[in-house]
Amino acid sequence: MDATLQAAGAGHLRTATALRRRRRRTDRMARLLAWLATLVALAFLASILVTLLYLGVPGLKPAVFTTVTKAPGSGGGLANAIVGSLVQTGLGTLVGTPIGIMVGTYLAEYAGTSALGNAVRFVSDILLSAPSILIGLFIYQVLVSPLGGFSGWAGAAALAILVIPIVVRTTEDMLRLIPISLREASIALGAPRWRTIVFICYRAALDGLLTGVLLAMARVAGETAPLLFTSLGNSDYSGLGSAMSSVPVTIYQYAASAFDDWVQLAWTGALLITLGVLAINVAARFFIRRR
Amino acid sequence: MDVTASQALHPAEASLPPVPARTPSRGVGDRIFALAAHSAGYFVLILLGSIIVLLFWGGLPAFRAFGPGFLASAAWNPVTERFGALVSVYGTIVSSVLALMMAVPLAFGVAFFLTELAPGWMRRPVGTAIELLAAVPSIIYGMWGFFVLAPAIGHTIKPFLSSTLGQVPGLAVFRAAPGDASIFTASVVLAIMIIPFIAATMRDVFLTVPVIFKESAFGLGCTSWEVMRSIVLPYTRASVVGGIMLGLGRALGETMAVTFVIGNTNRISPSLFAPGNTIASLVALEFPEAEGGSLQLSSLLALGFLLFVISFVVLAISRTLLVQRVRH
Repeated sequence: MDATLQAAGAGHLRTATALRRRRRRTDRMARLLAWLATLVALAFLASILVTLLYLGVPGLKPAVFTTVTKAPGSGGGLANAIVGSLVQTGLGTLVGTPIGIMVGTYLAEYAGTSALGNAVRFVSDILLSAPSILIGLFIYQVLVSPLGGFSGWAGAAALAILVIPIVVRTTEDMLRLIPISLREASIALGAPRWRTIVFICYRAALDGLLTGVLLAMARVAGETAPLLFTSLGNSDYSGLGSAMSSVPVTIYQYAASAFDDWVQLAWTGALLITLGVLAINVAARFFIRRR
Repeated sequence: MDVTASQALHPAEASLPPVPARTPSRGVGDRIFALAAHSAGYFVLILLGSIIVLLFWGGLPAFRAFGPGFLASAAWNPVTERFGALVSVYGTIVSSVLALMMAVPLAFGVAFFLTELAPGWMRRPVGTAIELLAAVPSIIYGMWGFFVLAPAIGHTIKPFLSSTLGQVPGLAVFRAAPGDASIFTASVVLAIMIIPFIAATMRDVFLTVPVIFKESAFGLGCTSWEVMRSIVLPYTRASVVGGIMLGLGRALGETMAVTFVIGNTNRISPSLFAPGNTIASLVALEFPEAEGGSLQLSSLLALGFLLFVISFVVLAISRTLLVQRVRH
């Protein structure tokens, strides 16, 4: 009797130990896989950066910044593409930012949970993730086809549309972080609502707003698809009224070409644009962390 | 305020209708600013509306010429002017879904690592590095995919899969095909590109689980994995699906990276290792060459409209699932 009880107890103990061991093993396996997944993701980033440095740095000569794109074999640079990218990105950000900030202000300060506010929020979120190539098609239909030609203006307009939803998102989020009591204090002092928003809320949220603008700029600086049908590309410097070159489009045209020096330029351009975009991203995170 | 007291003091005013409290303090500046903010809101709505209308308008000649058959036709011939959406829609959906199948487990692993496993000092730098993966321009993914990833897949995964699974009858999808550019390569690049979006969303929603739930489970003796599986995942299920849909939405419309590695062939092949195309890659390649007003241009715009509809539905589902907890 006693002996059988003991045996049964030992059996339970054994299954309990086995169960515990199995649970531990599953847990260890899951942790290991999660570590591996993270390592794999980081390895991809490392591989991209190493490839860019390895293939891009050898072509990094002063001529890249001083000469325009030329026929293969005659040693051109990317000067016109760099200028075109700066102009279109700058203009796109300049146009998109005020609109984005006003939409964000509307959502945070006026809309509340009204139907219109929710609709604007929904549409802005859709625009944030919508395929950028469709924005290029849209601008082609609006500006290129009716006005009879590709232009830097059209490229900048496409980038501006991409800037808006990014700025909307950060503006609304940042304004919502400003305590209501700050607004109440301002209103109580007799300030009208618009002064409260501009001089109290914007000022308090300045770092956050700036972060949004920087992130938007970084995003559009690397965009290729929306420029293909709007500013098209140009082999020389050009004004905003005609087809205009940009770094991403030049990379696209050169990367798959059969000429070694063009491929080299594409890699150097890729290195420049990636370092630029990543630097802006890191700077933006620095701003937001200061808060 | 004591209403009866004020009525007693100002009996004449008491009978007047209540005055909206804010009206007196609202000056011209306020009205202008409010108008500007509201117009900006309307502007966004009009913008999306006009994108849809103009894409449809541009695609109308193609829809008229081919009717519903546009969706079912595999033709794409600028010479005979026969166009259909079947191949590119197939390529878009297959490459995106395949990318999702690869990206979701990895992104879940990353989110699990970042929320539960990583030591404190590691969370921020690793999280930032994953986010930077999303900041790399898509054309860079294209070049890297074309020069590094595609040959690597061609030398390792393709021979392995085609010599094992590809030999099994009925698994023709794994059979080898010539060339490194393929739907499979495109989906690997897409998977890498959408990992950060899915992982960041999952991390954010995992962090919304009340700590007390997790601590109770740990207190009962649960392991990290059991807490993830039985507490965190059930609590965040809807948002996790929303994050996955967000990744799908991103993959469907990705253009430059896909154009570099998919091979750009308008043919449906039984093998995933054969080249194909997607809506976005076809539009990117042929739109600059299409003549203004031609049926080809209109067909490309019609494809753009289709892509917009597909992405819109996916992103709308994603947002509905995510909106209760976090905004993606």
